[in-house]
Amino acid sequence: MVPLSYYLVLSGILFACGVVGFLIKRNIITIFMSIELMLNGVNLSFVAFAAHWHALAGQVFVFFVMVVAAAEATVGLAIIIAVYRTRETLNVDQVNLLKL
Amino acid sequence: MSVHLVLFLAFGAVALAGAINLLAQTHPINSALSLIAVMAALAGEYLLLGAEFVAALQVIVYAGAVMVLFVFVIMLLNAGVEERTKGSRVAILFGVPGTLLGGVLIAWVLLRHSGTGDVPAGALPGAPATIGPLLFHEFLLPFEITSILILIAIMGAVVLASKPPSAPVPPREGN
Repeated sequence: MVPLSYYLVLSGILFACGVVGFLIKRNIITIFMSIELMLNGVNLSFVAFAAHWHALAGQVFVFFVMVVAAAEATVGLAIIIAVYRTRETLNVDQVNLLKL
Repeated sequence: MSVHLVLFLAFGAVALAGAINLLAQTHPINSALSLIAVMAALAGEYLLLGAEFVAALQVIVYAGAVMVLFVFVIMLLNAGVEERTKGSRVAILFGVPGTLLGGVLIAWVLLRHSGTGDVPAGALPGAPATIGPLLFHEFLLPFEITSILILIAIMGAVVLASKPPSAPVPPREGN
């Protein structure tokens, strides 16, 4: 038996690591990976709550989060390729104009 | 200490080490490999909770498909070691202590006021045979909408990543 709060604390720490990575990283791909880390942290809390309340819908929500994350990764990486093609850099400090 | 707790702590330690390594590494490919380690450890946690379907999806979709896409893009763009700039130092100065403070606060509140919620090992009936009917009956509309979302994402990715025509296409010769 593991207390539910342990799972939630692990999920919160993973989410916090994702937030820190989003803030301190300067490579646009690593920033994107930090977002994936945040999504993973949230997924863990979904499954932990589903196990605690015996609610199977929590697992279906994890499924939808994964689908949306996959779609988001596809479009985001395509945007990164487009940005790199016009700017020749992956550093977000040098990408300060929305205009291509 | 039960076996469940030991396994939880082992997988949690791997996930945590991977997440911290993701932050510490400066080369994106190392960060990507640490993220794969985090996802694999989380799949172990899901398996521990009995969510077999979700654990399999985690390995196949996340650690497999999504991370292969990431690694592919890193290699395609030849991403090198990231450089530190003034903005990133300011972000480290304020971001790390602020987030640590928030994390400690959340952990303290959760551990203090969590009540008596215990999760037994394998608590979930998470086999595909139990998830499937749920997905195709109660959540049929969201499921169909995600298919449209994926279609739009495919088209968007193709449009965004395709090379813009460098020279205008000459008009076709009329007959």
